Amino acid sequence: MADIKGHVTPFESLSGAAVVATNVQRSFNGRDVLRNVNLTIERDQFVALLGRSGTGKSTLLRILGGLDADYEGEVLVPERRAVVFQEARLIPWLKVLSNVVLGLSPRLEGRAALRERGLDALREVELERHAKDWPLTLSGGEAQRVALARALVREPQLMLLDEPFGALDALTRIKMQSLLQRLCALHRPAVLLVTHDVDEAILLADRVTVLVDGQISLDVEVDIPRPRSRGDAKFIELRDRLLRELGVEERTAAPPSTLVSLAPRSRRGDEVSR
Amino acid sequence: MSVVKLEAPDLEEGVAPLSPIILTSPIPHRRRRVRVRVPRTVRRIVGPLIVLILWQVVCSAGVFTSFEVASPIAVFDAGRELAVQGVLLPNLLISLRRVLEGLGLGVGIGVTLAVLSGLFRAGEDLLDPVVQAARAVPILGLVPLAIIWFGVGEMPKIFLIALGSTFAIYINTFAGIRSVDQKLVEAGETFGLSRWGLVRRVILPGALPNFLVGLRLALVGSWLIVIVAEEINAQSGIGYLIMQAQTTDRTDIMMMGLAIYAILGLLADALVRLLERRLLSWRRGFVGA
Repeated sequence: MADIKGHVTPFESLSGAAVVATNVQRSFNGRDVLRNVNLTIERDQFVALLGRSGTGKSTLLRILGGLDADYEGEVLVPERRAVVFQEARLIPWLKVLSNVVLGLSPRLEGRAALRERGLDALREVELERHAKDWPLTLSGGEAQRVALARALVREPQLMLLDEPFGALDALTRIKMQSLLQRLCALHRPAVLLVTHDVDEAILLADRVTVLVDGQISLDVEVDIPRPRSRGDAKFIELRDRLLRELGVEERTAAPPSTLVSLAPRSRRGDEVSR
Repeated sequence: MSVVKLEAPDLEEGVAPLSPIILTSPIPHRRRRVRVRVPRTVRRIVGPLIVLILWQVVCSAGVFTSFEVASPIAVFDAGRELAVQGVLLPNLLISLRRVLEGLGLGVGIGVTLAVLSGLFRAGEDLLDPVVQAARAVPILGLVPLAIIWFGVGEMPKIFLIALGSTFAIYINTFAGIRSVDQKLVEAGETFGLSRWGLVRRVILPGALPNFLVGLRLALVGSWLIVIVAEEINAQSGIGYLIMQAQTTDRTDIMMMGLAIYAILGLLADALVRLLERRLLSWRRGFVGA
């Protein structure tokens, strides 16, 4: 598994938490990106982290993934964790199957068993037939499914998804979302999904958090029965609330008077964008 | 601003009138491509063949005397003459062997240095200035020194060839290592690759395309050095044959020696191309129209 840096001490999670982050701070060249972040994720809980671009969502994810050591505060994560990035980041000169089992040691279970495990993971994302192909022959959606298989094959206790569908077209994204939902229901890892897509967050997550000004400004349970529909009244209500928190107003069929009444709110949005 | 008010364009006033549009094909002159399937190897021989024919035509027309420039046919005959005498093949093999040994040594040293300074910042600071300075020294200027150091046997030749090939390998491999996508390295790290695993499976394969470019340059460089080394100080090899031909005014043999270098250069290049096709089959780059 990923290199355990000195500050991640072994810790038996009695409470059933998969992530405990306390007072996490991170600054780049004197600019505070994370001011004071507190976040707990229960095991098998799916948490979405929303935020406008540049608010430090990915920074937090990278800290949890052990990719960024220069933070302050206390962070505890499971040992078995996997990351899916926005780009698939497959190694172009390794065949698809080798990419999936990359970094897994065949010494524990033998080469054949490892290969079987890789194929099983590819089967789950319905790409078994591409096992022997070069990554560059895959479409964007297929490559991202391989990346998902590469994460799942490790049976992670924590999955970190950094805008995994951000670079995909709208139709592929919908397919990927339901695939992710199915796989998470099956494997039940704790998940942190970083996204700027409010609908995606509501659709997939048990809990949605919003990062504003380097702090978690909102943390809500998504109390909508699955399978969720974008047309659900609760869905729309939560989406409006989240968008407001992000400092964005959608002008749909709202009467002009609504816009006027929200004017003070917009100033808040300016603060956020700084 | 969080509330963006989009105004529908006012169609009544200030709208430019529509002017007629001329439609054309997106491709200016539709050319129908006639694709004749000619094997790649054949196509690559056509160019050199044209040069040969021109050479023969110029010689047959009597532009030069046969002492100045031998015609391709004369060169071929000279080659046959030497082959029948049993002189050509042994000398050719000796030259080939020198190149292979020198090149092997040069590639080994070049890759080792490139890996050390490519992977470690300290290695770069320590080694790179030394290599760059050494690179600036004209290798042919080292010939007398090489003889002093290694005598007149095989060693000075192999030393010079190694030196002539190692820098191209070093520079290209180093650039290749440094051009490996940091995101891939990071992905490898998160998925549990060890340091050595990263080097072996991500960094070195990523540097391979550049290494092969370096290998091509090194091949050319090593042939360049072997002829000089053999002309100055040798009792055998193609360069020695050329030197001997000079003393007997045999232009045809001299040019035959050069032609052999050219052919070997072509073959070596073909070999590297084959390697590239094999090793870089994962690439989906632009291959030319």
